[in-house]
Amino acid sequence: MLISALGQGTLYAPMALGVFIAFRILNTPDLTIDGSFVFGMTVCALVTIAGHPVLAMFAGILAGMLAGLVTGLLQTKLRINPILSGILTMTGLYTVNYMVLGGQSNLYLQRAASGDGGASAPAASRTIYRMLKLGENGELSALILSVLIMALCVALLAVFFKTRPGIAIRATGDNEEMVRSSSINADLTRTIGIMLANGLVGLSGAMLCQAQRYADLGNGSGMLVVGLASVIIGQALFGRRGVTTGLVSAVVGSEIYRVILQAAYQIDMPSYTVKLLSALIVTAALVLPLAKEKSLAWRARRTGEREGSR
Amino acid sequence: MSAQLSISHLAKSFEPGTPNEKIALNDFSLDAEKGDFITILGSNGAGKSTLFNAILGKFPPDRGRIVLDGEDITYQREHRRAIDIGCLYQNPLRGTAPSMTIEENLAMAYTRKASKSFFAVNRRDSAHFRELLATLGLGLENRMKIKMGLLSGGQRQAAALLMATIARPKLLLLDEHTAALDPATSVKVLETTKRIVAENGLTALMITHDMGMALGFGNRTIMMDSGRLVMDLRGQERIDMSPRGLVDLFSDRSGHELSDRTLLALR
Repeated sequence: MLISALGQGTLYAPMALGVFIAFRILNTPDLTIDGSFVFGMTVCALVTIAGHPVLAMFAGILAGMLAGLVTGLLQTKLRINPILSGILTMTGLYTVNYMVLGGQSNLYLQRAASGDGGASAPAASRTIYRMLKLGENGELSALILSVLIMALCVALLAVFFKTRPGIAIRATGDNEEMVRSSSINADLTRTIGIMLANGLVGLSGAMLCQAQRYADLGNGSGMLVVGLASVIIGQALFGRRGVTTGLVSAVVGSEIYRVILQAAYQIDMPSYTVKLLSALIVTAALVLPLAKEKSLAWRARRTGEREGSR
Repeated sequence: MSAQLSISHLAKSFEPGTPNEKIALNDFSLDAEKGDFITILGSNGAGKSTLFNAILGKFPPDRGRIVLDGEDITYQREHRRAIDIGCLYQNPLRGTAPSMTIEENLAMAYTRKASKSFFAVNRRDSAHFRELLATLGLGLENRMKIKMGLLSGGQRQAAALLMATIARPKLLLLDEHTAALDPATSVKVLETTKRIVAENGLTALMITHDMGMALGFGNRTIMMDSGRLVMDLRGQERIDMSPRGLVDLFSDRSGHELSDRTLLALR
């Protein structure tokens, strides 16, 4: 049970990293995510079916980055509001994804093996999870592989955000004017940041695609909230500190989020309650600081009034 | 000797063709020699900040030319020309990135000059940053790993001043950079400004509303009104000038009284 929850959490971890980069580092609400997740998924499905499971992962990343590029250009070159830019890309991507899947809403990772006399049973495509089988337990080996990918992502990102382009991207989210006056093209750093975020989201879509062995247009909806929930849960545990801590906390948040969901399933909550639950978790986490402040102010006032009436 | 900064016939109006049309710069020309430290006076709306924004490339001017060290930068993109121009604003928050460390902030600013090292923060640059921070006398050299957002306004402005000058810009623009600071901090930042400008032989323009400061700093004082240059003081004439005399001269040249803070600042 726990392994299954952690497995899910790890599949969505790169997406949480992407959300962390967009929302926390770039300080930009990027709604492309719902679309780029599915785009990574559908492109990955095609390449996997064509027989290149590893290449399919990179194709998923590239697809996500492409989606990010569109949003980035809408934001910087055409000066469209960031939220609207994301919505536009996401909406357009729905059609694109539908087309990638050849006009259907889902696609299984298999190829109709044409036998000698007519159609025979379809052959399942190879996936990275099938290629690497460590021992008996398929679920465990899949988890290990996902964890490896995720760890690689975190390590690369942690290093990247200390390099010159990396701190330029961080500064763009922090103080764009200061980036410009440091002779850096802030439009470029912003676009690269959004591409990076969506590339990770695309990778997540690709991993889910191969893990579940199909691509489905419906998989993307609500992804943003899931990612935000992960980031916020992680933040509640680790606090808002440096970038590296932030990256790790997003990943841990993604795992905990899935464990919470798994626990909810255990008490027989139907699966369609997931979205509402996610929305509630995010709302609660966002309201918490305000509630704390209000209650402190209320208590201070109570004390003040009591002392005043003496 | 050709001028370090040469601005000729610069014009800019906002919302042209509408009832709200505002002429911010009106055929403005100014030549600054290398090493000139020019203080700029003028009422609100005289076009001082618009002038800075035009030099920084925040918008293209309607007419005119801006030449910096022989290079025409009139239509050069904002971040390109930023290699040679440092700027400091009234609001200390504008010059620094709060959630990055002091060291990382300096490294960002140093991008203009630094060797293209892989990591933004490296040992050689850090040693350089530490020395620079030590000259501020604020103890920041021992707090390089803390976030910029934790510093006070004055400390941030001092750090921003270092950032603006770290790559020895060809031109330093100071837009009332001490106006938002408390008097003691203000004096300290001004002293540091004076020292950095002198040590590096920078060419600088400084906007101020304080008559005493306008005359006490630099080697030249100009006054703007309605987007025009109405007064240019230097040499013996400037040395003999008093703040009160400056106000009278202004009314004389512009045809109306000086208003707002400028008069309040007259002590």
